[in-house]
Amino acid sequence: MARTLDTTPAEPTAPAVPAPPRGRFRPSAGRQHHAGPLTYVLLAAAAFVSLFPLYWNVVAASHTGERVVEAPAPLLPGPRLLDNLAFAWDQVDMGEALINTTIVASLVALSTVLFSTLAGFAFAKLPFRGRTMLLSLVVATMTIPPQLSVIPLYRIITDLGWVDQLQSVVLPSLVAAFGVFFMRQFLVEALPVELVEAARMDGAHSLRIIWHVVFPVARPAMAVLGMLVFVQSWNDFFWPFIALTPDGSPTLQVALAGLGAGNHSVDHAIVLTGALISTVPLLLVFAFLGKHIVGGITAGAVKS
Amino acid sequence: MATSVRAGRDGSPPPAAPLSSPGPRGRRAAPGGRRSTLYRWDLKATPYVFVAPFFLTFAAFGLFPLIYTGWLSLHRVELGGDASWKGLENYSDLATSEFFWNALLNTFTIGVISTVPQLLMALGLAHLLNYKLRARGFFRVAILAPYATSIAAATLVFAQLFNTDYGMINGLLGWFGFDPVNWESSKWPAQIAISVIVTWRWTGYNALIYLAAMQAVPQDLYEAASLDGASRWRQFLSVTIPSIRPTILFTIIVSTIGATQLFGEPMLYGGSVGISGGSGNQFQTLSLLMYEKGWVTGALGQASAIAWVMLLLLLLIGGVQALVSRHHRKKLGS
Repeated sequence: MARTLDTTPAEPTAPAVPAPPRGRFRPSAGRQHHAGPLTYVLLAAAAFVSLFPLYWNVVAASHTGERVVEAPAPLLPGPRLLDNLAFAWDQVDMGEALINTTIVASLVALSTVLFSTLAGFAFAKLPFRGRTMLLSLVVATMTIPPQLSVIPLYRIITDLGWVDQLQSVVLPSLVAAFGVFFMRQFLVEALPVELVEAARMDGAHSLRIIWHVVFPVARPAMAVLGMLVFVQSWNDFFWPFIALTPDGSPTLQVALAGLGAGNHSVDHAIVLTGALISTVPLLLVFAFLGKHIVGGITAGAVKS
Repeated sequence: MATSVRAGRDGSPPPAAPLSSPGPRGRRAAPGGRRSTLYRWDLKATPYVFVAPFFLTFAAFGLFPLIYTGWLSLHRVELGGDASWKGLENYSDLATSEFFWNALLNTFTIGVISTVPQLLMALGLAHLLNYKLRARGFFRVAILAPYATSIAAATLVFAQLFNTDYGMINGLLGWFGFDPVNWESSKWPAQIAISVIVTWRWTGYNALIYLAAMQAVPQDLYEAASLDGASRWRQFLSVTIPSIRPTILFTIIVSTIGATQLFGEPMLYGGSVGISGGSGNQFQTLSLLMYEKGWVTGALGQASAIAWVMLLLLLLIGGVQALVSRHHRKKLGS
């Protein structure tokens, strides 16, 4: 898993023995078929359907509000992208929302990675009473929807005066069951227990072991988990929508919800410009690190 | 489980991280004395210290609120007010509320039309991506791009595309000679539109999960099947699908949980009438009804009862799925 996370091997089914010459008569042809034209057509269609709404978001954000709501819908970019961006930035305060979201997603990602690595290491390599039971408990908590907690949490943050304060969306997300399980699965495989024992024999205490043994081994998985959690937190909707308000100190998603419900009585071009502002940073991350994220999703999800 | 398959498969030795500072021999814990007590304490307590952040966070923001929600569901509570005992009345009110049954049914139907096609298409896509491909990296990242798009951004874009008067989808339908569809106020078209948003966001993600599982299927299974003269379609049905069954089950569970909580898509799709799920509640889900009860009506007790019904539903679904998978396993005799 470490390798697939890190390097995304060119040929994941690469056999350990020297491969026979590639060609039509290769016996292990089962999954090795070259794609036919129909496969490319279907995949191109899937890629088109996946990307078109994003392209059209750019198109809509570059026209006037009147043009966006006119049939037939525009298919090519117009001239107003920069004006719309400036308006959304100044008048609707998407800039503040962008900063808030960056703060929240970074804190959540950092703390989730740190705590998940510690807990994942304990579950993977440290013997302790109740380990199996506690690990099942971690997995079980993944099925509890946030709906079960928002009402009391809302009462609590109201009492504390934390509505519209960013800590009310950061604190509940400090660590996630998914992250703990992800790191545990990684470390079970990647970290030889002898390494930990050798360090102990040398008199290293647990913090030293974490720093000098666990972190270096876990680094690729930590990076992938960090990106996954960052994306998740960036796009989180339900609880932020309750804890923050569009006119107070919103994250991008909350600000967008306000725009979508017509809070600012702005036109549709501005609404979609807001959507674009919220999407572009993540799409840039994907454009550069997409390969690693793909590797992380596949590695982390093929579990249970 | 498949993780081990993957790690084993790439055949590399485990990464040997050099112990950057093994420390001089003299640091070794001296037998007896304070140092070894500390050492023993370190061994015993450290695991619990490491897992504590998760369990403390869960206790504070998961378990305690869950129980508190259960307590609230037995009371009459207004936003910012005190609670008074109501027994099971909130639940019996739900049982006779047409809004509740409407929301339950909507959650179910939207759940089915967003999950079933999504997972089937994801299986198909994974199968295609499993061929030797040019530009495989592009295809993988492209189908994952919707996953990077937030619920809010995706829904706002699709709301425009589905607009009844000027939206591109009705434009396309008109071009093929169909009458425009009322994607907002008609029940089924609206539910389909919302399901399209969910499907768009998650199909690629699930396809990549299936792809990883498919790549862990041992080659010789396919070799044996093709020696037996099985066609490729036949191999897909009788080798691929059974081999990745645990992964399929996993995605079914995750999507079911997601569908039960559906909130952002219908709310934003409905615009100014989003919280009621459209002007005639035609796409109000359980989560939306809960939010409406709690934050619009201000009846937190009733909202809590809805939340607990959702939990019971999930437990029920989980139980059924566990039974089904056990049944399957028995049938396979393994």
